Amino acid sequence: MKAIVCVKQVPDTSGKVAVKPDGTLDRASMATITNPDDLTAVEAALQLKDKTGCEVVVVSMGPFTAEGMLRELLAMGADRAVLVSGREFGGSDTFATSQILAAAVNKIGVDEDDVVFCGRQAIDGDTAQVGPQIAEKLHLPQVTYAASIEQREDGSLVVKRLLEDGYMLLKVKTPCLITCVKELTTPRYMSVGGIFECYSKPLEVFDYEALKDDPLIEVDTIGLKGSPTNVFKSFTPPQKGAGTMLEDAGQLVGILNDKHLI
Amino acid sequence: MEFTLNREQQLAQKMFRDFAQNEVKPLAQEVDEEERFPVETVRKMAKLGMMGIYFPRSVGGAGGDVLTYVLAIEELSKVCATTGVILSAHTSLCAAPIYENGTTEQKAKYLPKLCSGEWLGAFGLTEPGAGTDAQGQQTTAVLDEATGEWVLNGSKIFITNAGYANLFIIIAVTGTVLDKRGRKQKEISAFIVERTDPGFSVGKHEKKMGIRGSSTCELIFQDCRIPKDRLLGAKGKGFALAMKTLDGGRIGIAAQALGISQGALDETVAYVKERKQFGRSIAQFQNTQFELAEMKARVDAARFLVYNAALKKQSAADGAKVRYSVEAAEAKLIASRTASDVTRRCLQLFGGYGYTRDYPIERMMRDAKITEIYEGTSEVQMMVISGDMLK
Amino acid sequence: MSDYNFTDTAAFHGVWVFCEQRDGVIQSISYQLLSEGRKLADEIGVELCGVVLGSNVNENYIKALGGYGADRIYYCDSPLLKDYTTDGYAKVLCDLVVEKKPEIVLIGATNLGRDLGPRCAARLHTGLTADATHLDIDTGKYVEFLKESSSLDLSKQKFDYEDRNLKMTRPAFGGHLMATIICPRFRPQMSTVRPGVMQTREYDEAAAARAVVENVAVELKPEDIGVEILEIKKTAEKMVDLIGADVIVSVGRGISADPKKGIALAEELAGVLGGVVGASRAVVDAGWISADHQVGQTGKTVHPRIYVALGISGAIQHTAGMQDSETIIAVNKNEDAPIFGVATYGIVGDLFKVVPQLISEIKAVKAAR
Repeated sequence: MKAIVCVKQVPDTSGKVAVKPDGTLDRASMATITNPDDLTAVEAALQLKDKTGCEVVVVSMGPFTAEGMLRELLAMGADRAVLVSGREFGGSDTFATSQILAAAVNKIGVDEDDVVFCGRQAIDGDTAQVGPQIAEKLHLPQVTYAASIEQREDGSLVVKRLLEDGYMLLKVKTPCLITCVKELTTPRYMSVGGIFECYSKPLEVFDYEALKDDPLIEVDTIGLKGSPTNVFKSFTPPQKGAGTMLEDAGQLVGILNDKHLI
Repeated sequence: MEFTLNREQQLAQKMFRDFAQNEVKPLAQEVDEEERFPVETVRKMAKLGMMGIYFPRSVGGAGGDVLTYVLAIEELSKVCATTGVILSAHTSLCAAPIYENGTTEQKAKYLPKLCSGEWLGAFGLTEPGAGTDAQGQQTTAVLDEATGEWVLNGSKIFITNAGYANLFIIIAVTGTVLDKRGRKQKEISAFIVERTDPGFSVGKHEKKMGIRGSSTCELIFQDCRIPKDRLLGAKGKGFALAMKTLDGGRIGIAAQALGISQGALDETVAYVKERKQFGRSIAQFQNTQFELAEMKARVDAARFLVYNAALKKQSAADGAKVRYSVEAAEAKLIASRTASDVTRRCLQLFGGYGYTRDYPIERMMRDAKITEIYEGTSEVQMMVISGDMLK
Repeated sequence: MSDYNFTDTAAFHGVWVFCEQRDGVIQSISYQLLSEGRKLADEIGVELCGVVLGSNVNENYIKALGGYGADRIYYCDSPLLKDYTTDGYAKVLCDLVVEKKPEIVLIGATNLGRDLGPRCAARLHTGLTADATHLDIDTGKYVEFLKESSSLDLSKQKFDYEDRNLKMTRPAFGGHLMATIICPRFRPQMSTVRPGVMQTREYDEAAAARAVVENVAVELKPEDIGVEILEIKKTAEKMVDLIGADVIVSVGRGISADPKKGIALAEELAGVLGGVVGASRAVVDAGWISADHQVGQTGKTVHPRIYVALGISGAIQHTAGMQDSETIIAVNKNEDAPIFGVATYGIVGDLFKVVPQLISEIKAVKAAR
């Protein structure tokens, strides 16, 4: 049994966000983190490992600098890592990204009892698309918004899938793909032992050459040029005129009262 | 001297920092006010391999290095000095002497338990009549030839981790010897005592000024019988073993002091940006700026000494014929003075609020003082340093 | 899919709205999407179709979708479509798209729609925009939108006014930027749309009467569905209804000194104003309040009569979800906080001091009446 986890390194949008004059994000000046939902997915996979002893493989598409993130995941307990990296992959939208990642997962190999984990969505795009799209390409059943996962004796998984006003309890057979939300679990810390081991664990790089012949890859729909969707414009909202600054609560309540707002 | 952290050390520092911020900091005030030993934190540290950072995997350790261990104490002590000293005493004063002096059997029996955190460790040297004058030991260990057991009698005081430790390194008098000039001297040896050994008990818990969550107690030996093979190191070599153990311990305490200083500085930087007086933040006053600048320079200077001592101990552990007594003493002398000085000056910048328990700075000031006292007072450190200069 | 060519953009016609039902009840997002879809269909002079998937679908009930703009309502009826499954819904919807070839498909960005949308887009080999908050086809209208909603200098920009691509605008990078996405080469153009953003038009009875309801045969077998539903449960605790609220009092990182007290104060203020409590992402992420309270890019989009922001700095992430509120009141310690840029009224001060004063002043004013 294997747990394959797709992870993304993202700019930390919870801190200061730098925007270049042309309206695009100044990624270089921002700290990077492992996407929070993806970290939850890694933890879900590691818990499966704790129970079953399965192998945990982490996969990320990104620049070579994403190696640092992958080493951290190895230090948390993942067994091996795959970095999908190539100039040809740059600028991919979700459709293109999921093709590339699906091909990478395919190359790693999805066996009968394997589970592919993803985060629900990444904080830089918030699309929640890549997980389901990988599932579609790999013809795997999917469960998104997973808030708990339990393995039955017969190997099937019972997943609690969050709805806006409740949840669905779903039973799914392996192999399958599950996208995780933060309600699922709290990611563990790296362990000291894991840290001193992580640089000797295997980290493979899949480049364009390694993936281009995979049947799941259409070489003309990857990268910036091949992606079905394009960014037509990006912009920041206008600065609104500042409102009225008031001295204290009394003044505010007076105005609200005069305007019949309360 | 090279102080760039390697990639593993950088990852470990990040992990310790996250752990300290998320798991340790939220408990710090409660641990202090209720004088509560943070058992749950120790359990979490154990799970993460923090209770045996620099011991090899073969004995159950995490396979890390001494500097990584120092980074752990520093990060913990930034937010809670109590937690910092728990780790330091356990590692430097109990696991280390067993690792460095134990027999194969002793190492196999105790190190996995200590490194995994299943057992907590402590060290007993100080007695009511033997503090800085460690030669004044009164606790005795006599071999009962009939049963082949050592019989210990006496007491130890101010023992860190005592209330929660499962294993103790105990220094005791095993006879008299003649020194080079023919004078009678106490023969001192080291022993391993388990908490459940008959005749051993933990006495009263000290109420302290700072590091109030740390369990500091008396140890009592009343015909405490332990097997013969609990002698640690050679008979009569206990004093040297204790001194060498304290060399290592001092690096841990220096790291604790460094953490307290840095923690106080971090809190103060945040505070002076927010606190407004005379219509502007107090960070805009030159007095604040100069105070901060000087404190940072002093803390960084202390950091270099502490890391230097850690690297020296590492090369000794790696097999180099080097001693690190002087480096450890220098690190502890300067880091602990810096901690007392910096926390006091930080509190001054906080003003009246700093004196209240709404802010952690008064706790940090109380915690800092002990670092100038335990595991050798500042005066002892100066004796070590000057002793080496004048030999 | 033999004669289906996703690159033959000219072969695709009409605007579709996937009308989500749960427990046989059409969800309000469907009305919002139909109302918006109507505008788009009119811009290019095509039909607007609603698509309903379910079991024992009541034709009279779904005919009402016509009252919100649908010219035609396709429905697929099967016991296997009673409750949502990715596999069942994706197969039926994709088969229908392949057969009818719509040029635009809109899906609500609900927890179900965000599961269905990407699965279908991948199968149909086309792009998908996530969580759009604004849609245009007509370039003139889009430029008007940019004038109002962007800081771009439009005098330096050139636009193709003949362009008929759907321009889908969404917040990006945690709401710090807005991006307009197009899908020029493939059809259909697909987007999920944030609930609560598009306004629902007034129900038009005559339009409902005119609407054509069409049953489409379903080819779906149990073995097509890889996931088994064991249980569907609504949570017992009442979720806060931010979208329908008249007054919202939201808390941000400013309550961190004492989160419990901060939330209690917000609740009390909401109580005297007749409103509910909202929160910024930071507060939800810290676990101080449940996620259903979250306002902003990753939370809910709201436009209440009064919005009170307590200790919220006002990152676009948050303001994207509340800036269209009628009156915005901000309380923040930091006088440079961006929230004051969108606020109608601002008070610089510590919320722990200002809010109790506010509460007692409001009580006093009300008592005096």
